[in-house]
Amino acid sequence: MNNPKPVPAIDYQSVPDNRGHFGPYGGKFVSETLMPALEELETIYNRLKDDPDFIAEFDRDLAHYVGRPSPLYFAEHWSREVGGAQIFLKREDLNHTGAHKVNNTIGQALLAKHTGKRRVIAETGAGQHGVASATVAARLGLECQVYMGAEDVKRQALNVYRMKLLGAEVVPVQSGSRTLKDAMNEAMRDWVTNVDDTFYIIGTVAGPHPYPQLVRDFQCVIGREARAQCLDLTGRLPDALVACVGGGSNAIGLFHPFLPDQTVAMYGVEAGGLGLDTGKHAAPLSDGIPGVLHGNRTYLMEDEDGQIIETHSVSAGLDYPGVGPEHAWLKDMKRVEYVAVDDDEALAAFRKLTLVEGILPALESSHALAYAEKLAAQMHRDEIIVVNLSGRGDKDILTVAALDGIEV
Amino acid sequence: MNRITESLSRLRAQGRKALVTYIVSGDPYPEASLPAMHALVAAGADIIELGVPFSDPMAEGPVIQRGHERALAAGTSLRSTLALVSAFRESNRDTPVVLMGYANPIERMGYRAFAEAAAGAGVDGVLTVDLPAEEAQGLNSELKAAGIETIFLLAPTTAPARAERIAAMASGFLYYVSLKGVTGAGHLDVDAVKAKLAMLRELTDLPLCVGFGIKDAASAKAIAASADGAVVGSLLVDHMGAAAAADSEAIAAGLVQRVAPIRAAINEMN
Repeated sequence: MNNPKPVPAIDYQSVPDNRGHFGPYGGKFVSETLMPALEELETIYNRLKDDPDFIAEFDRDLAHYVGRPSPLYFAEHWSREVGGAQIFLKREDLNHTGAHKVNNTIGQALLAKHTGKRRVIAETGAGQHGVASATVAARLGLECQVYMGAEDVKRQALNVYRMKLLGAEVVPVQSGSRTLKDAMNEAMRDWVTNVDDTFYIIGTVAGPHPYPQLVRDFQCVIGREARAQCLDLTGRLPDALVACVGGGSNAIGLFHPFLPDQTVAMYGVEAGGLGLDTGKHAAPLSDGIPGVLHGNRTYLMEDEDGQIIETHSVSAGLDYPGVGPEHAWLKDMKRVEYVAVDDDEALAAFRKLTLVEGILPALESSHALAYAEKLAAQMHRDEIIVVNLSGRGDKDILTVAALDGIEV
Repeated sequence: MNRITESLSRLRAQGRKALVTYIVSGDPYPEASLPAMHALVAAGADIIELGVPFSDPMAEGPVIQRGHERALAAGTSLRSTLALVSAFRESNRDTPVVLMGYANPIERMGYRAFAEAAAGAGVDGVLTVDLPAEEAQGLNSELKAAGIETIFLLAPTTAPARAERIAAMASGFLYYVSLKGVTGAGHLDVDAVKAKLAMLRELTDLPLCVGFGIKDAASAKAIAASADGAVVGSLLVDHMGAAAAADSEAIAAGLVQRVAPIRAAINEMN
């Protein structure tokens, strides 16, 4: 860690280009019916993103409704146990609704308001984005329908009920592997049918342009805050950033504001499932190839005929065969290193943080914690790691209890 | 001349309307497909649209989704679909075949390798649902070099200027999506389609075939009144699902039963 790799001088603000491409990745791979809707969204977003009133409204909601800024917490006890670098946690778990997802749904709900559309739809895996979408819809009085794989509906019963309490209709998706990718297919089918009156709130930095860009922009509040907080608390920038990557929205949110800081190393942690060598995982950047799915070109988990294969992860929120196109690009540019952590390692980190810091992390975030632990042990005590604690683990208690053979 | 252009020009000269029939390659099982294609021709199909099954068919309604799932479960691939077209060409040199599918299997094979293999198999046109004009240049140039027509979708949401740009990239025919929705949806508005087709005819001389939401002889006839061709898909794929356990002869006979009345209804337009 004392000799950070040289980072090529790249203008990270130059992507995506005006067609939504991050190098060879990204783009707009949807059927013709949706193209005008994407163009409309792009026009509205380009008009509003630099508009002072829009930014002020977004910042106001983040401060007073979400509770930002989220703290940057020095995990002193955990750092001491690991015995290497000092680890700081960006506490996105303390946001309203319990994860980073709400940063984006607040932003997209404001866009929806400007389009005048009265109905929003969303896809969800772990249920966090569904809850965050149902939350903003409740607040703005919008009709909300959330598509969720039938398998995930079972795994995440608490979040399903939360969405119902928030007035949203949860639609279990029975097609394909009955997880997040199928929920996204079904949300796209809804959108193509109801495109005139419906705003599609995509939950991650994937999908057709301009979603990867606008979701990134809304999530960048994480990295902007973390950068300022780290300078404030320690007088310097961190040496490394660690975040889990499913679609990749919490990771891009943390990483992006640091991309020009050449001394800051970055690690995106994918879901290694039962192990990369078993093929039963959800780590397209570690063990996939580029292809086209859900509106963008990116790294995918697919077979030799180009069919998308079923993924596996203990964490429903990472159980997705694709990844945001900007991550694909950052991988090829070698600016971010992508690694994988398996189910068991993530579960161990989940238990560890809970016991030593009294913080119950989401299983998704536990992947980042598990890798940070390995990384910190190899680093010097003077060095600093910032880990994105992207969500809280309350929703996962039943999953972990079931693994322990306990019925709660 | 490509078989699609030849067939549609001939029909136009005769004042007749085309019947385009869609089934999924390998649905419900691979051995059923070849007899099914011949049965479609016997029942009066002018163009066969062969769906290439994909794990995530985003534009399809439930009926055709299940067709894709059945075909994949039975081991169908893009390669086996091309082999099916080759086998069809052994005894049919005239009926145009259009492959309709999604980008990723083609990406995986490689644009040039796909275009060459498709041309070698006797494919006449390719429609890739999730490759809109903006993303289609790469595949289009390979298809054109291989002599394959590049079919594009136009939708109710497509504005005239955009339709003109798409038409400039398209060949063979344009596929007008009759409604905002997925295949097999139930809210077809014949008058709206008629008005849109009139607008499109100002922009292009390409034949206009209309699909999504044509469920029966009556709706096919109504659409054929203003279109150059009507595409029937879900109705046939629904039969494939219902007859999944039957032998290929019975499946083919069932297809004829479904297609014949539609052919007769469209002929009344001539």
